[in-house]
Amino acid sequence: MNVTLKIRRFNPERDREPWWGTYTVEAESTDRLLDALNHVKWYQDGTLTFRRSCAHGVCGSDAMLINGSNALACKVLLKDLGQHVTVEPLRGFRVIKDLLVDLEPFFAKYRQVKPYLITASAPPANERLQSPAERERYDDTTKCILCGACTTACPSFWANPAYIGPAAIVNAHRFIFDSRDEGAEERLSILNTADGVWRCRTIFNCVEACPRGINVTRAIGEVKQALLYRKL
Amino acid sequence: MYQKYDAVIVGAGGAGLMAALHLSSAGRVAVISKLYPVRSHTGAAQGGIGAALGNLEEDHWEWHMFDTIKGSDYLADQDAAEILCREAIETVYDLEHWGLPFSRTPDGRIAQRPFGGHTREYGKAAVRRSCYAADRTGHMILQTLYQQCIKHDVHFFNEFHLLDLLVEGGRCAGAVALCLATGELHTFHAKAVLLATGGCGRMFRVTSNALALTGDGMAVAYRRGIPLEDMEFFQFHPTGIYKLGILLSEGARGEGAILRNNQGERFMQRYAPTLLDLAPRDMVSRAIYREIQEGRGIGGKNYVHLDMTHLGREVLDQKLPDITDFVRTYLGIEPATQPVPVHPTAHYAMGGIPTDVDGRVVVDEHNTPLPGLYAAGECACVSVHGANRLGTNSLVDILVFGRRSGRHAATFMKQNDWPPLPPRPDERAAALLAQLMNTGGSERAADIRDTLQNEMMDKAGVFREAKGLQAMREKLQELRERYQRVKLEDRGAQYNTELVEVIELGGMIDLADTLVAGALARQESRGAHSREDFPQRDDAHWLKHTLAYQTPRGPELRYKPVKITKFEPKERKY
Repeated sequence: MNVTLKIRRFNPERDREPWWGTYTVEAESTDRLLDALNHVKWYQDGTLTFRRSCAHGVCGSDAMLINGSNALACKVLLKDLGQHVTVEPLRGFRVIKDLLVDLEPFFAKYRQVKPYLITASAPPANERLQSPAERERYDDTTKCILCGACTTACPSFWANPAYIGPAAIVNAHRFIFDSRDEGAEERLSILNTADGVWRCRTIFNCVEACPRGINVTRAIGEVKQALLYRKL
Repeated sequence: MYQKYDAVIVGAGGAGLMAALHLSSAGRVAVISKLYPVRSHTGAAQGGIGAALGNLEEDHWEWHMFDTIKGSDYLADQDAAEILCREAIETVYDLEHWGLPFSRTPDGRIAQRPFGGHTREYGKAAVRRSCYAADRTGHMILQTLYQQCIKHDVHFFNEFHLLDLLVEGGRCAGAVALCLATGELHTFHAKAVLLATGGCGRMFRVTSNALALTGDGMAVAYRRGIPLEDMEFFQFHPTGIYKLGILLSEGARGEGAILRNNQGERFMQRYAPTLLDLAPRDMVSRAIYREIQEGRGIGGKNYVHLDMTHLGREVLDQKLPDITDFVRTYLGIEPATQPVPVHPTAHYAMGGIPTDVDGRVVVDEHNTPLPGLYAAGECACVSVHGANRLGTNSLVDILVFGRRSGRHAATFMKQNDWPPLPPRPDERAAALLAQLMNTGGSERAADIRDTLQNEMMDKAGVFREAKGLQAMREKLQELRERYQRVKLEDRGAQYNTELVEVIELGGMIDLADTLVAGALARQESRGAHSREDFPQRDDAHWLKHTLAYQTPRGPELRYKPVKITKFEPKERKY
C-alpha cells in the first residue's frame, strides 16, 4: 500500500517555525509506523529526527502523537492508521528537533517520587517473602516503560505543566502497594501537594494512551484513596 | 569539552548500571549512554535469569556450571563459568532486596521455570532454574537497577555516543564521546573506563536486537588495537516472530509450548530426544533450518509453528503476557487458539572484547591486561558462553561480571592516579566526524547496511561454508569501499541521528569482518558455528579461542587456549 505521512518538522538550526513535511512511502499494511518513518529517514530525507530503539514496544523511545493520539510508532501498524497518517511530537514537552522532545523535566518528576524500594529493616540472607496475591497487588504498575505517552495525553498536564503527571504517580503506586516497601508515607506526602495527585480529573486519556495497557486512572485513584484513608 | 571523573562507564544496560552501583560509592563516576538509561536492550530480555536457588526442586550451582559448559560446546572458560554459576545465586537475592518484582511461588519465594539446556544431575532432565518476573524479567532488572542508581545519585550523560578510547603509555586514560544534543565532542579523562555497550545483532537482516545494537564499544576497542575474541560464534534464537525477528521467549517452551512442522510433527523428538523443545538454542535453530530445507516448513515457506494452544489462556496471560501481546499486535494471531509462525533470529554475540574474571580487558594470548580498561556484558567475552550461550545466562553474565568489574575498577581507581592524556585527545574522533561530514559522497548508508544485513544472514548465519564465507569477505571489501563514499544529508550539529547511524554502520562493517574471518578459519562445527563443509567438532585442532586483531590487510587471527577445570570435553547430546 501507499501511505502518505504528514510529519511535523522543526530543525532548531534552520527553522524559525515548525512546518509540515509530506512523504509518500510504499509499504506493507502490516508494517509498523516506525518502519515507515525509518524508510523516510533512510531513503528520502536523512534529516528526519526521532528516537527509537527496540522497535517492539518495550523500550519506550518512540512515543509520539499519531493521527491525534499518543502511541509508540513501533506498536501501531499501518493497516490500523489508514493511508494518510499525521505524526507530531508529544504534546506539552519542549520540541527539540522534529519528533524529538525534551524529556528531562519528565524524568525529574519521576525521580521526585523516590522510585526505589525504601526499607528500614535489613534484608534476610535469601529473598524476602511475598505471596502471589501481594505480588499481584502492584503488578499493573510494574509494566511502565517511562515513554511519556500518558503524561502528554493528560489535559491537566497541558493546563499545568507543574503537575507531577500520571507516569510519576504510576511509579509511586508501584512502590506504595509493594508489601516489601516502607516508604509509602514519604511518597504520599510528595503526592499530596498542590501539583500532586489531586490535579487528576479522571479524564482517562492516560489509560487510552498507555502502550502497556496499564489502567493508569485506576492506579491514580488508588493513590488518592490511600491518601484519604491512609489505608494501603 | 573536558570532563574529569574517577571512572567512566559506557552503556546503561544491566552490566553498566550494575557496575555503576558498585563503583559510585568509591568515587566520581559518570555513566554515558547513547540512549536514555531505561531504553537499553536489557529491558527486552524476557524469560528469566538462571540461578540454582532450588526453590521448587533440588538444584546446585555445579549442575548449572555443567550445563553452561556443555551448552557452550566446551569452549567456555571453566573458571569463569564456575564464578558465573556460584555468584548467580547471590546476585539474584541482591536484585530481590533492591525490590525486583519477581513472580512468586505459592509460599512466597522467587518463582522458577525450566529453560533450554538447564538440567538436573548433569543432563538427566530439565530443571526449574530460571527466576522470572512474568515474561518481562529484563524490563524489571533494568528498572530496578536504574531505580537504585537514582537512589545512589549516579551521574548520567544521556545520549552521548562513544567515538574513541584513549590509551596512553599502556594505560587507558579515558574516552571521547559525541554529545548528541549539541554535536560537541567531550573528552572524559578517567582512571578507569568500563565498556558495557551491548551486542551487535544489527549486522543481520532478521534479528531480535534493538536498532541501537550496533556493537559500538567492540568496534571502538578493535580500532584501538584491542583484539576481539570468538566473534564467529553468534547465537540465533530459534523463535523469532516470522519476518520481524521479534523475540518470543524460550520461557514459552519452558511453560510447555511445542515446535511443529507442516505435518504437525513435534520434530524436536528426532533431534534431542531427552530435552526435546528445551534443547539449547543452537541445536533448535539448526533443527528448524533443516526442517525448512527438507520441505517441512509451513506451506513450503521458511518458518515453522510454535504451538501454545494447549497452554490455556491463564498461563498465557499470567506467565507470558508480553509475548502474547506481541503475537496479537504484530501478527494479528490469537496464540491461545492458533499456532505462531516463527524462525531463527540473530540474537546474541557470544564473542566480544576479551576480559579476565574481574572484567579487566586482556589484549593477547597470555591474557595480559590493559590497565584501566574494563568490559562487561554482551560486548565482553569472559568467556562464559563459549560457542553457544544458554538461555537466562546473559542476564546472569551482565549482573555477575558487571558487579565484579565494578568492584575491581573501584579498587583500581583508589590505588591509581589519572594517567596523562595524549596531547590532542579528541583528534581521532574529530577526524572521523570531519571525514563523514565532508565526504560529498553518493552512497546511501541504508543501501550499504541492507546489503550487509542480507548477505550476513545468508552467508554467515546459522549454516556456513567456505564458499559463502569467502564471497562474504569479498563483499565486505566492496562495502568498505562504498562506505568511503557514504552520503550524509544532515550536516547539523544538534541531534544528528543520521550521523550516528553512519558511524554505527562503519563499526558494524569492521565487526562483520572479524566474524567472517574467524568463521572462515575455524574448520569445524562447534555450538553456534556450524560449517556444512566441516560438520564435526574438532577438539584436537580447534578447542581454542580466536583473537582477531585489526590490521591494514584485514583481521589477523591468533588463538588462546580454553581453561578446563572440572569437566573434560565430551560429545554433546541432549
